[in-house]
Amino acid sequence: MERGMYMRHKEAVIIGAGPAGLKAAKSLCEAGASVTIIDRNKDLGGQLTKQTHKFFGSEKQYASVRGIEILKILLNDLLEYGTQCEILNETSVVGLYHDKVIACVKDDKFFKIKAESIIIATGASEKSIPFENNDLPGIYAAGAVQTLMNQYGVKPGDKVLMVGSGNIGLIVSYQLMQAGVEVVKLVEAAPSISGYLVHASKIQRLGVDILTQTSIKRAIGKEQVEKVELWNLDETWQGMEGSEQTLEVDTVCISVGLAPLTELLMQVGAEVMYVRELGGNVPKIDHRYQTTVKGVYACGDVCGIEEASSAMVEGALSGIHAAFDLGYTIDDEKRKVKALKEELKFLRSGPHAAKIRAGYNKLGVMI
Amino acid sequence: MIEKTGIPPREMVKKEFPKDERVLINPKAIIECYKEIPCNPCETSCPFDAIHVGEDINKRPVIDFDKCTGCGICVFNCPGLAISVMQLKEDKALLKIPYEFIPRPQKDALVNVVNRSGEVITVGLVKRVQEGKKQKQTALLHIEIDRDFIYDAITIEVPHGQ
Repeated sequence: MERGMYMRHKEAVIIGAGPAGLKAAKSLCEAGASVTIIDRNKDLGGQLTKQTHKFFGSEKQYASVRGIEILKILLNDLLEYGTQCEILNETSVVGLYHDKVIACVKDDKFFKIKAESIIIATGASEKSIPFENNDLPGIYAAGAVQTLMNQYGVKPGDKVLMVGSGNIGLIVSYQLMQAGVEVVKLVEAAPSISGYLVHASKIQRLGVDILTQTSIKRAIGKEQVEKVELWNLDETWQGMEGSEQTLEVDTVCISVGLAPLTELLMQVGAEVMYVRELGGNVPKIDHRYQTTVKGVYACGDVCGIEEASSAMVEGALSGIHAAFDLGYTIDDEKRKVKALKEELKFLRSGPHAAKIRAGYNKLGVMI
Repeated sequence: MIEKTGIPPREMVKKEFPKDERVLINPKAIIECYKEIPCNPCETSCPFDAIHVGEDINKRPVIDFDKCTGCGICVFNCPGLAISVMQLKEDKALLKIPYEFIPRPQKDALVNVVNRSGEVITVGLVKRVQEGKKQKQTALLHIEIDRDFIYDAITIEVPHGQ
């Protein structure tokens, strides 16, 4: 591996070019800051690159526009700023130090960036669950299947069992059907569907039965998944012997939640706290999205698992705060911040966001 | 029940229809958004101001059937695919539904119509396949069905696994 000769100095660096990171970049550019966006993938956009469904929310969060189209809007917004917004794609951040030095690798070359301000918008990774043979080929995380299908055009299998009824499980089930894949059943360990009912109704009317209080007991197969055994769970979430049923499938999609990707935050020395409702370890941020390390901010799913619409608003907010701390004056700052906070308030005030509210309450952050 | 299966019972569905069936002589949007979620494109897309959600976008939409023309704009704007349009035509009914699968059915084709559990209940006739840039790749299918099925018909069978 080659080493870069010198340290690059940058004003504001955003790690992660998903909905939060791209919105943060826009706020910073608008204020006049020079921005560098780092993302390990070739295509920017994070989860937006594969979200072929229309978004919820209000017009302010591009409701009714498909995720992949929202991505085009966000990227176009940044194009306007030309070289003020530098993009380092296919670049991995391999180290982050408390003096805001970022160690990066791109094209097998190692280099360092010294940043004045850093926004961490690394998002989340998918969780899994233990069951017999859960390492057989054909067992995927649901998001991985979504990437295969919608981004790379690869059909993951022919007959799928979906495990988990959160919005991702429900939406990916629908998208599998759009790709011509049969979704045999959807199982959910909890007593009720956890995602939006409209998504559940959408797949149920297309013939996919949703079984609650049911989980996967084991996968069966030699070279790859051939069958799965399901069983019912009792009130204490324990599998009930004798309730087993076997299904013939060649693919299992696991959609049992996400965990924030806080490794870089921990490395930079930002305090994190385990908050179950937010998906795991999350940074202790203040009401301005600053972590316990001055000049290091966090936004989006890395602060707690939510919808992309909230991630975009958080990104916009953290970008404004970071720009202000860099010494920029933002036109109409107070009104902008207030309006964005109002958007978040509404996105988080429904019954589906009860967990989010409880989580932030635990964290001690006013949202 | 709906929380476990995603299937709204018939009584729940009927409540979203006009109380007086004769109102359906003109096409009307039937909104099946049974649980509060933060979303309001139905309200903002309606050119006739017939759907109300309000400032708190978590509130369930309320439709004013006097103002609704059954144009179907909310149908393809609803990200939850939770809206359809129903109109009575003597012993038949015309159902407009959102459709996001390819290939699209052909005009004049006979299609299997399903209920909210996904069971085939009748055969419908495709009267029109409406596509347009504003629909953002959600087609609007106009399906003629027997009047008896107005509270049960919700979409058409999609051949999958092929």
